[in-house]
Amino acid sequence: MSATPARPPSWTGRVREAAVDALPPEKLLPDTQPTYVASWIYVFGVASIASLVVIIASGCILALKGPAWWHYTGVGHFFNSIHLWAVELFFFVMVVHLWGKYWMAAWRGGRTRVWITGAVTFLVAIPCALTGYVSQQNFDAQWIATQAKDGLNSVGVGAFFNVTNFGQMYSYHVLLLPATVVALVVAHVLLVRRHGVVPPFALEDRAAASGAASTERDATLAIAEGPSAAADGPSS
Amino acid sequence: MSLLGRLRSHDDTKPWTGAYAPYDLVKELCIAIGVIALLAILLTVLFSSPDEKPSTIAQWSRQQPVNFVAAAARELDSTSPTATYGPPYNHNGEGQHIAFIYLQKWLGVSHPIDTANDFVIDPLRTIPNDPTLQSAIAQYLAAPEKTQKAWGEAYAKPLEEYETANEEKKTPPKTVALDPTTGAVTVQASGAGPVPTMMSSLLALAKSGGLDGSLLTSNQFFQTDYTKPLLFMADGGLLSERAEGQHLLGKQWGMMNETGSYPGQTWLWLYTLWYQVEPFKASSNADILVMLVMSALSLALICIPFIPGIRSIPRKIPIYRLIWKEHYRAQQGV
Repeated sequence: MSATPARPPSWTGRVREAAVDALPPEKLLPDTQPTYVASWIYVFGVASIASLVVIIASGCILALKGPAWWHYTGVGHFFNSIHLWAVELFFFVMVVHLWGKYWMAAWRGGRTRVWITGAVTFLVAIPCALTGYVSQQNFDAQWIATQAKDGLNSVGVGAFFNVTNFGQMYSYHVLLLPATVVALVVAHVLLVRRHGVVPPFALEDRAAASGAASTERDATLAIAEGPSAAADGPSS
Repeated sequence: MSLLGRLRSHDDTKPWTGAYAPYDLVKELCIAIGVIALLAILLTVLFSSPDEKPSTIAQWSRQQPVNFVAAAARELDSTSPTATYGPPYNHNGEGQHIAFIYLQKWLGVSHPIDTANDFVIDPLRTIPNDPTLQSAIAQYLAAPEKTQKAWGEAYAKPLEEYETANEEKKTPPKTVALDPTTGAVTVQASGAGPVPTMMSSLLALAKSGGLDGSLLTSNQFFQTDYTKPLLFMADGGLLSERAEGQHLLGKQWGMMNETGSYPGQTWLWLYTLWYQVEPFKASSNADILVMLVMSALSLALICIPFIPGIRSIPRKIPIYRLIWKEHYRAQQGV
């Protein structure tokens, strides 16, 4: 019998292997977390995703019926209100999440890209909300559009992002910007899963950084990360 | 060493080698979606959402006929804010700038607007069976630019005096008469040529609602671009009067507000803040200055891991002790 000749790896096979190497199933969807992941601050990350889910769900219902529906039906106004309040909640929990991650210096240990994707998501969410406000077809939309145009025109953005053009803004709001936000959130979550949740500071570092002699107690507590230098910059 | 390598500081954060505890991510996400959905529904039931009806040019011309005619005269005369805006609408203004940098001009005139033709003359041409009006338009178009300018100024001057007197709550001049029954505006302006005829017809067209549709007309049947009617209305007083009543003006921190007592775009508080302080507040280039400051700050937010000092604050101010309180307590127990 002759042996089956080995086939060269296909593009598909290479992509699969690279994906599994980067994020094996137990890393992608782990059912355990380090014991330090025990604080209310961690809730705000998942609350941001939950808010985004509610925004998209309510936005899909509004999109199904068209942009004018919510002005003349009670049901439409109800879903528009859910959409609005989900956006308000989204920004609130995302800002708390962002501040929480800042005070954890969550970019440490090779997590620079996790921070960057999170910060960019926040910044892209702002025009995403703005395009919603100017797509409302009411007085708010009229006023916000006529005012926002000056800031955007002043830096040349108005040439391709015309806030007084309802059709263009609606396209940005229901497709281009939400797709960008979702893509960024997916990348952010995958990076978190790949690198794990940032470990706590080792307490001995703070004592060293402040010039104080490490107390015996702090030295005992410093087992969280092992010895580390007094630096918080990224390593990847 | 690469540039990025130089920007990075030394970081000895080690992967976690301690204990793990059960943690159900999917369950947590499902519960979070439920809680957020319930919160959004609760807020909806309690507060609903604002929906103030939009203004129309027809409303504007009926409620503020003198203001409408004054704005239209400035459009015809090419002295309105839109007519002198510059890019992306026309070449009649330099636009905002910082020193020699004119970002506003870099991409040219992408949405061309000729206020005299687009806002006044072309809509007037759509009015049928009015030989007096068509003759007035022909006379206006046949005149040299200097004469057109003189007619426009002669017509606009009494209207400006009327509006100024109204703002200062003084007795308005008798050169402008407003018929409260019909809403007709009569301007006694010698040397205004055919302009009074044109403006009277435009006011009548606007009141009938015809101008709203006329400004939306382009080469195709379906319309989605409201640039022209919005800019025309923004050159008048109705939108800003309504906005002031709803605390939406710039000086009222309006960028982050919306109608009613709703939270609005609170995440724009920092953008709005700059407009309240000098040198931005009084600058004719406030928009570009604020946009560039916010761009720099946004870039700084993204680059925090690379900014010495800023990236070290979390270690120096030990809020992390509160965040990881349970962890440190458990370690203390060890």
